Amino acid sequence: MTESLLSVRDLIVEFPTRRGALRVVDGVSLDIVPGEVLGVVGESGAGKSQTGAAIIGLLEPPGRIVDGTVHLEGERLDTLSGDQWRRVRGRRIGAVFQDPLTSLNPLYTVGRQLTETIRTHLDMTEKQARARALELLGEVGIPAAADRLDAWPHQFSGGMRQRVVIALALCANPRLIIADEPTTALDVSIQAQITALLKRLCREHGTAVMLITHDMGVIAETADRVAVMYAGRLVETGPVDDLVNRPRHPYTEGLMGCIPTMHARPVRLDQIEGAMPAPRAVPPGCAFHPRCPLAVERCTSERPPLVARPPLATACWVRSPDGDAA
Amino acid sequence: MTRPRARPTTGEPVVPASSDLAAPRRTGVTGALVRALDSDVFYSFRRSPVTLVAALVAVLLIGASLAAPLVAPTDPFALETLDLMAAFTPPMWAEGGESVFPLGTDDQGRDLLSAILYGMRISLAVGAASVVFAMLLGVGLGLLAGYAGGWVDALIMRVADVQLSFPAILIALLVDGVARGLLPRDLHHDMAIYVIIFAIGVSGWVQYARTVRGSTMVEKNREYVMAAIIMGLHPGLIALRHVLPNVMGPVLVIATIHLAVAVITEATLSFLGVGLPPTEPSLGTLIRIGNDFLFSGEWWITVFPGLALVLLVLSVNLLGDWLRDALNPKLR
Amino acid sequence: MATFIVRRLLQSVLVMVVVALVGFALFAYVGDPINNMVGQDTSFEDRERLREDLGLNDPAPVQFLRFVGNAVQGDFGLSYRHGRPVADLLVERAPATLELSFAAGVFALLVGVPMGIHTALWRQSWLAKAFLTISLIGISLPTFLIGILLILVFAVWLGWMPSFGRGEVVQIGWWSTGFLTASGLKAMVLPAITLGLFQMTLIMRLVRAEMLEVLRTDYIKFARARGLSARAVNFGHALKNTLVPVITITGLQLGSVIAFAIITETVFQWPGMGLLFMQAIEFVDIPVMAAYLVLVAALFVMINLVVDILYVIVDPRLRIGGGAVGGGGGR
Repeated sequence: MTESLLSVRDLIVEFPTRRGALRVVDGVSLDIVPGEVLGVVGESGAGKSQTGAAIIGLLEPPGRIVDGTVHLEGERLDTLSGDQWRRVRGRRIGAVFQDPLTSLNPLYTVGRQLTETIRTHLDMTEKQARARALELLGEVGIPAAADRLDAWPHQFSGGMRQRVVIALALCANPRLIIADEPTTALDVSIQAQITALLKRLCREHGTAVMLITHDMGVIAETADRVAVMYAGRLVETGPVDDLVNRPRHPYTEGLMGCIPTMHARPVRLDQIEGAMPAPRAVPPGCAFHPRCPLAVERCTSERPPLVARPPLATACWVRSPDGDAA
Repeated sequence: MTRPRARPTTGEPVVPASSDLAAPRRTGVTGALVRALDSDVFYSFRRSPVTLVAALVAVLLIGASLAAPLVAPTDPFALETLDLMAAFTPPMWAEGGESVFPLGTDDQGRDLLSAILYGMRISLAVGAASVVFAMLLGVGLGLLAGYAGGWVDALIMRVADVQLSFPAILIALLVDGVARGLLPRDLHHDMAIYVIIFAIGVSGWVQYARTVRGSTMVEKNREYVMAAIIMGLHPGLIALRHVLPNVMGPVLVIATIHLAVAVITEATLSFLGVGLPPTEPSLGTLIRIGNDFLFSGEWWITVFPGLALVLLVLSVNLLGDWLRDALNPKLR
Repeated sequence: MATFIVRRLLQSVLVMVVVALVGFALFAYVGDPINNMVGQDTSFEDRERLREDLGLNDPAPVQFLRFVGNAVQGDFGLSYRHGRPVADLLVERAPATLELSFAAGVFALLVGVPMGIHTALWRQSWLAKAFLTISLIGISLPTFLIGILLILVFAVWLGWMPSFGRGEVVQIGWWSTGFLTASGLKAMVLPAITLGLFQMTLIMRLVRAEMLEVLRTDYIKFARARGLSARAVNFGHALKNTLVPVITITGLQLGSVIAFAIITETVFQWPGMGLLFMQAIEFVDIPVMAAYLVLVAALFVMINLVVDILYVIVDPRLRIGGGAVGGGGGR
């Protein structure tokens, strides 16, 4: 394995509330190597978005990292001050959010938002920045980019706006892009285009992507490796091919049942009986045991560690009982 | 990225889910008490010392003014207690003050503390009556507008828009001015208190109407109303039954803040000389009387009623603010 | 955009017609104009003749049209109390009110907006908490009481400021201004603060609430994720988006400043239109009341219109394709 670009170790994120802290991310460790696409998948509320937010230091207050570390190219991120963060965000880590309709400031032209971002990170004149903005718009596939540069966000369609958002994330050629449900808010017909675009651009620029989604279909098409999250915990990771075709964790198995076949519309993850527990009500032992068809006595009391048995690493007493914690 | 428990992002006022649908109902007084003590509203109440103090002050002021005949040292309206010789006595701690008159006396030798307690009683009564009037008018018109729709809705809401672009005080002044023109002079004197209540009430109904109308329009299109129509029940009645519990929170918030506004409006009208007559002196009237003696050094005649007014309004405002935040987590 | 403005114009006309109706109703049905014009000993026949001459026996619609026609030409009849044309009285008093309102508005904006920004951006700072406390007290203090307290402290006790009147004014054509003399400016300080304080707290709370709302939006989060500086995010993006609704509501408040001037003018014996109106109510001087009402309504409508147009200019979404957003204060 090559040197990690991003390395997250034992990350714990909590939201303090009046009834005690809500633990939304519970001991997550993951690595992303340069240029790879890591898919992070799970139901909504599984903690995948919070993991992404913690990595770029944009946890919504009062949420905070209570334990664990985040390193980018060997530099520790989770202890950075607000000012130091700015040299990381946008420049070394870009972000694409779910809703392109609300990600752009409606009161500024697309060009203005691009040049502003470019000039924040790169030493350029307004004119050079405009040229780069134009180039970026062309790269993300916006037709007649020169004419659209001075258009307002509301004059773009949802798919076009998400292209603009991707262009904004790519402004400073970051090493990593965190894409949080980048296609969820889009029409099904556009989703594939945007996913393909993201993948192509990142390959061309050598940018790694952390692709957060609940859509196994998107993961199967796009990701190199996959991390499956459940109730704030990582339950299984591994190369996409192995994980999709030969999953070990019963939850992952259930998820695979949700991959669309023959280009049918993807079915949401609720085919598994029951529902994921809320952060306040995570059961002891394996968080999945109440819904697990294979659960044994041990699952209800002891939390299974993530055990690496290549090609996968799995946290399950039944399917991956031996070895040390990965 | 979504937060663990996404807060609503719409502009609609957030109302706690009506309890008959949400939580299983615990019955009886104990159940109600347990639920009340466990609620978010009560929690935020205990957490905010400012609100506690405000509530205490409000209860104290309202209690003292309601019990004015019992707690006031003298009856400011009883002529036999008036002693012109005692006029302009400064507060007891100042030079020349007497302990019989803790806050001093006014130009007629009236004990200021008693006058304030009685005045606050009148201010509160007029304020509360105006709020109730505005609420009935606003909720009624809001329901009508939301339910009837069409030209009725358009008419009511246009009137509301037009009125909303004028400050309440101007509307109240105008209503009062018209009443003065319509009513014979001596009748007007007797009717003053009703005129004021009407004026303040009419000037404040719009907010209630808007809130209720919005909720009604939402409820109206729900399936159960359709079902009711099919079953031949009067859907208005059913919508009403579901709308009212839903808007109780916002209406309560509006009413609390409106009480503060109504008390201020009454005081302002009385201060301007078009409110309550000197025979029924509210806090505003007392301030108006005292204002004449501001320059001759008898500051207390104005300042103490003013202070009482500010304390009253401030505590009610604080309660209203807290209530709004507690019922609407989005603003926190 | 053109349709939008035309629609707002039509709405404005509608409002004015309604207000004119109210004004006319006041004029025609409240009190008896004849009784207010003639002495006790005028004979019944004389009264009837006067009634006929004044057109008071004409059908109501005719009278209304005449009222509107006159009003458009600035003719509101004679003041019952002063015996002079109402229009003259208003023109004489208008500069005092407008200057006071202007000073109060400037004070409210210059102080209120920065306070609001501060309290939104640094919510936990002690200064923010102090501002919020001040704002709460500001909202709980009735305007007239603020005036009285300011007079008590700065005029009676300290003797720094005059307690009533406009000071020396300079006449420029029909306009009298207090901005050009030291005593005029000095006289303006206390009334302007009195009148502006409530608006200041309102603006502060409004800016704070709007800004907090904007700071929670996705595009602000995305702007942070793009690595923009805190300054660019807060003042470049958040503030601009905050100011859109603030402009609307502040503009609408301008009208209520003029109306609230009634109270301030009474406290400070400021010789403006508000004082005139108060006296008119006290003496049931209907023509003055009606004229003031119509005038203030016209001002409101004009302000509303200007605010709407401003709104369109600031928000690009409304500029193209005739926006459907009503600019009213309700949100």
